[in-house]
Amino acid sequence: MPEQGGPQQHTSRETLSFFVVGFLFLVVLPLLNVLPAEDSWLHLSDFRLNQFGKFLAFAILALGLDLIWGYCGVLSLGQGVFFGLGAYCMGMYLTLQIGAESVYGSELPDFMVWTQVKELPLFWYPFKSFVGGFVGALLVPMLFATIFGFLAFRSRIKGVYFAILTQALAFAAWLVFNRNETRLGGTNGLTDFKQLLGFRLSDPSTQRGLYLLTVVALGAAYLFCRWIVASRAGQVLVAIRDSESRVTFSGYTPWTYKLFVFVVAAGLAGLAGMLYVPQVGIITPAQIGVLPSLEVVIWVAVGGRGTLVGAILGAVAVNYGRSVLTNSFPEAWPFILGGLFVVVVTLFPDGLVGMLRKLTERKKPAAPGLPADGRTAA
Amino acid sequence: MTDDRILICEHVIVDYDGFKALNNCNFSVHYNELRVVIGPNGAGKTTLLDVICGKTTPTSGTVRFGPGINLVGKNAEDITKLGVGRKFQAPSIYSNLTVWQNLDLSVKRASKGVFPTLVGTSTPAERAKIREALETIGLTAQAQARAGALSHGQKQWLEIGMVIVQEPALLLVDEPVAGMSDKETEQTGQLLQTLSAQQAIVVIEHDMDFVRQIANIVTVLAEGTVICEGTVDTVQADEHVREIYLGRAKVAH
Repeated sequence: MPEQGGPQQHTSRETLSFFVVGFLFLVVLPLLNVLPAEDSWLHLSDFRLNQFGKFLAFAILALGLDLIWGYCGVLSLGQGVFFGLGAYCMGMYLTLQIGAESVYGSELPDFMVWTQVKELPLFWYPFKSFVGGFVGALLVPMLFATIFGFLAFRSRIKGVYFAILTQALAFAAWLVFNRNETRLGGTNGLTDFKQLLGFRLSDPSTQRGLYLLTVVALGAAYLFCRWIVASRAGQVLVAIRDSESRVTFSGYTPWTYKLFVFVVAAGLAGLAGMLYVPQVGIITPAQIGVLPSLEVVIWVAVGGRGTLVGAILGAVAVNYGRSVLTNSFPEAWPFILGGLFVVVVTLFPDGLVGMLRKLTERKKPAAPGLPADGRTAA
Repeated sequence: MTDDRILICEHVIVDYDGFKALNNCNFSVHYNELRVVIGPNGAGKTTLLDVICGKTTPTSGTVRFGPGINLVGKNAEDITKLGVGRKFQAPSIYSNLTVWQNLDLSVKRASKGVFPTLVGTSTPAERAKIREALETIGLTAQAQARAGALSHGQKQWLEIGMVIVQEPALLLVDEPVAGMSDKETEQTGQLLQTLSAQQAIVVIEHDMDFVRQIANIVTVLAEGTVICEGTVDTVQADEHVREIYLGRAKVAH
């Protein structure tokens, strides 16, 4: 007799896909980058591999949003902030690693030289070490999410009000990071990084290593999210989405679950930001404002929310589409992106994953085990 | 004074900006009693249940539960843990989870905090309890079905099942048979009677045939206060009650 519920019939197929996709990204793509001659059609350029690394970092960011929005039904329009906090933490470490190689030859970051900062601000000190940058990139977003989430969820701020609040947060963060007085490089952000733990960032092999690290991090993040949604707490998240008041009368305290998943999502966003920075080589306030935060929502919606796989698929597909289309029609991209969102939301609410499921399950009979008693749901 | 009452509401007032949904309401229920509350629309029946289960905080008055616990001021989660279960009027279930998962989430457990829930697995005893509840509510065959795909009556039963596995000492049931077929109504009546052997139940109902099927003692509520209490026959013979209902009936014509 089946005991634990849930759509378990997909599990073995999902495990198989996990390993196939993992093998593809972890082994096949890097080999295509290294082995074939540069002019071979099989060759994957350093540029392309690096680009995939960026997309996969975005996929980690999308996983977090899928947890909080797709499963728990809480729309956060501020995920870019947590991504930015992670990226800036790692960026500060990388900036301090530039050292005497900087344009002005000063131990201080260049932007501090031209904004006449004489001494390194105190809050930069922890980022002198890699450990500081690494731990900061995870903990700063999570800590910030804890405080913000506690205040918002504890006060029973829900639905569209929460979404607006997070959007305001994204805007406020954008303003703060743009200021020179914040001592984070203002509108120019942090860039011109040279090395990470002694590895030259300009070296293709370093970038290959970062790419591989991103694939592994994404795999781990996916498994972690999978574990959460498969647990009973994951069911509570879905239950909160379905009927929050009932959850209360089942003895759970909904806001603590929302806070938990919001903090996990922030940690994933920080991880994504930390992986993004050394691969892209720059982080500016433009990456953390309202628009980048909204884009994450589009990735997840396009991929199919509440599926985890959809978040990854959506992040990679939309960003790949952007990289192809912005070459040909740079002005049209915002319209394409907006149009895509409208089409997906109205016509394919379950996104790419939903479409794929429909295609593969058409042959199977509909929901088994229900007696045909003629009554339908109210 | 020793008390064989599980619930005692005294002088409960719920004041919504001058409108008194409950006006000095005194109401008590004995252990293992099946009590039916009737009354015209707007009499305060649902508000009474809301006050008991912590959804609404009364303006004044006391609600004592079990061995002298005052429920006023406690939040809904804590009242649930103390042993008060609530079944809402409109079926309130988790549509995107299976029937089994709906019950599993509702099972009474020592802790329902995030981290115990994250790592928790169900014990054989809990699974046996869920199977028993499935049997009681007649949804064994649908255990793995998505709850959202159930019929209206089945959803009502599932919600009753969800409340049963919480093992409440007091069960509050709001219009359980609204929208059910005659057969489903009768089955629901039997179900509630079976359950009343183990716990006290308060049922709000409009359907007088159903009330006659299940009730021993009926409480009539009108304008936020109890106006009559007794057997179905006593209540139906009461002048005041007839006045309220017949008066309404005249208006309805």
